[in-house]
Amino acid sequence: MYRDLVEEYGPREAMEYDVVVVGGGPAGLATAIRLKQLAAQANREVSVVVLEKGSEPGAHILSGAVMDPHALTELFPDWRELGAPLAQPVVRDDVLMLSESGARRVPDALMPRVLHNEGNYVISLSDLVKWMAQQAEALGVEIFPGFAAAEVVYNDDGSVKGVATGHQGLGKDGEPTASFQLGMELHGRYTVFAEGARGHLGKQVIARYGLDAGRDPQAYGVGIKELWEIDPAQARPGLVVHTAGWPLDTHTYGGGFLYHLADNKVTLGFVVGLDYSNPWLAPFEEMQRWKTHPAIRAHLEGGKRIGYGARAIAAGGLLSLPRPVFPGGLLVGCDAGFLNAARIKGSHAALKTGMLAAQALDEALAAGRRHDELAAYPEAFEKSWLHEELHQSRNFKSWFKRGQAVGTLMTGIEHWLLPKLGIQSPPWTVHRHKPDHVFLRPAAECDRIAYPKPDGRISFDKLSSVFISSTNHEENQPAHLTLKDASVPVSVNLATYAGPESRYCPAGVYEFVKNEDDTDRLQINAQNCVHCKTCDIKDPTQNIVWVTPEGGGGPNYAGM
Amino acid sequence: MKVLVGVKRVLDYNIKARVRADGAGIDLSNVKMSMNPFDEIAVEEAVRLKEKGAATEVIAVSCGIAQCQETLRTALAIGADRAILVETDAELQPLAVAKLLKALVDKEQPGLVILGKQAIDDDCNQTGQMLAALADLPQATFASKVDIADGKATVTREVDGGLETLSITLPAVVTADLRLNEPRYVTLPNIMKAKKKPLETIKPADLGVDVAPRIKTIKVSEPPKRSAGMKVPDVATLVAKLKNEAKVI
Repeated sequence: MYRDLVEEYGPREAMEYDVVVVGGGPAGLATAIRLKQLAAQANREVSVVVLEKGSEPGAHILSGAVMDPHALTELFPDWRELGAPLAQPVVRDDVLMLSESGARRVPDALMPRVLHNEGNYVISLSDLVKWMAQQAEALGVEIFPGFAAAEVVYNDDGSVKGVATGHQGLGKDGEPTASFQLGMELHGRYTVFAEGARGHLGKQVIARYGLDAGRDPQAYGVGIKELWEIDPAQARPGLVVHTAGWPLDTHTYGGGFLYHLADNKVTLGFVVGLDYSNPWLAPFEEMQRWKTHPAIRAHLEGGKRIGYGARAIAAGGLLSLPRPVFPGGLLVGCDAGFLNAARIKGSHAALKTGMLAAQALDEALAAGRRHDELAAYPEAFEKSWLHEELHQSRNFKSWFKRGQAVGTLMTGIEHWLLPKLGIQSPPWTVHRHKPDHVFLRPAAECDRIAYPKPDGRISFDKLSSVFISSTNHEENQPAHLTLKDASVPVSVNLATYAGPESRYCPAGVYEFVKNEDDTDRLQINAQNCVHCKTCDIKDPTQNIVWVTPEGGGGPNYAGM
Repeated sequence: MKVLVGVKRVLDYNIKARVRADGAGIDLSNVKMSMNPFDEIAVEEAVRLKEKGAATEVIAVSCGIAQCQETLRTALAIGADRAILVETDAELQPLAVAKLLKALVDKEQPGLVILGKQAIDDDCNQTGQMLAALADLPQATFASKVDIADGKATVTREVDGGLETLSITLPAVVTADLRLNEPRYVTLPNIMKAKKKPLETIKPADLGVDVAPRIKTIKVSEPPKRSAGMKVPDVATLVAKLKNEAKVI
């Protein structure tokens, strides 16, 4: 579709930069900021542009978040003076094992060190990214929010030349309307992909250059999050709670988090591993009923929910990392998958990889190079504290693939027992071989899950939730959730798996409805999409492909 | 002919407004702000007039805090030639804005002032009318079509139950309704160009205007929650309930 329009209305205009960054999240902005800092130190000029599909920086950023400030301090030693929004230090860590009505706190002595959060901060990553964008602009980075990088542009020699923004003003049928605006190309000597987990262009370059050859498949989770304003009497700023167990069964990986911010705010959420097997499972409903547990409900009674959102998480760790470089470009942050699932943290890794990438880019630019492969970046990563950290945690996801008991035991051994014996990193490596989408079992073989009705106070329905994500897409545009084969949703997904997309989508995008002749069809409510990418990951036949909608669309998160 | 266009920075139309816990207003911390959609239509119309040759210069004006510069840059990216920010941290009400615009009309002597018909935050729908009165200019509000010829503007207005067409002598004040046009997409090259266009910042005192609020907000509250409905077995019960319980018939 794009090709034809370019032929018809093109050629596209192009702008030239030293470095084009796709995605204005922590990884992309850290890359851009570091590049500017390094160039300023060396008294050189560097032109850096950041494309961001959200309406403004931070609009599509959602995270827990407890942040380890290690990398931020490397990037901005004076972040306190610069007013970075890290206001609430962690004051207490609780890990709770939940049963249906009870909760057992894991004693501090048994807590693996990866779950200790002294020195860390409870933050809104969305707010931090807004702040980082201001710092980046002050350093001279060009940030263009509201523009989605829709396509990778290649040189004749096969290296990445840059990206093209999506066309604007297309009708539902894909035909140009009166306000049609052809996309434009941004060319860089190097292009940095920083789209976050399951990046839509990152996925393409990984496939094109075979970057994941010989690696374990990436493993994902979906995190669903809410922001609450609570009764001031319940406020315990700096309290960090993680839960395991109920309401998930022992075969399903996942858990909850609840963090107390300053100003009577609580951020809480639930993560479900996308390798779950029962198609009746609905992550959104698990999150809603999890909140009704006495140990969680107590924090929320008398409060008001003010934010909602969801995002897929790359949790495979070191064993799933693709080679992050290829001719003309590189992958940073969770576009590659640098998150540390054992620590339940990734933003420090996003910042760190952005900085390492910037170092390699800066050296290459200074040497007058372009469009080659920056091997210095993975080399620097292997020598970094981040690699050491991820190496320690490399088996985490593999153990949890074998159930909660094995996962808890082996993670305990690797992160609690071995360090006590002076062994920092386990001497064994456990691989995984199957991607998440193949784990789904036919609905007929699985137990239906009966979820309780929302009460409208603590638990809510999906549509009222999506409403407060402030998501919106220009209505008259082609759906950005595309199907490779339009018949598969009914003939496979509905027939065999009872339509799992209607349950795993946390935004109510997918709905099976009856035609007049009583046949079924899949209705795609693309305007509801919160850009979490779960469908692109979990669809059992990989028939759903997420592409970028018109820039500026999607959620408008604040404080998330 | 110069065209002066007013643009206001408001809570983005996609954001669900939330009342502050203290009931003193809407929570604007860290939420997306953008140009009032009716003002975007006003800017688009002014730029189209320039493209048609009916106007020679488009000046965008905003009144408010320093961040209104971003809103003005958007107006410049759509195609305005230069921008003026009347910068103040004070709460601005329609009368104060009308007085500031009146002072700028005196200074710039535009042939036409185009404003949005109302801002989507306070929904006042007053500034255009007040400006016309203060500056003693003819006005045509709720415009869905504007034609300029021979020192006159022919303006189609959206009125209850139909359209009204007025002919007014320039200079005049026109306020834009939703159907006047569909604003263009701003393009990356135009955003770049907009960064280099002139943006002048002045203070209300420079214009000799006292912007102190005349109206005090007592309380802001959310609409009451809709309570759950119920199913009734038949029409008779429905009528009885409407009569005796809801007391609406």
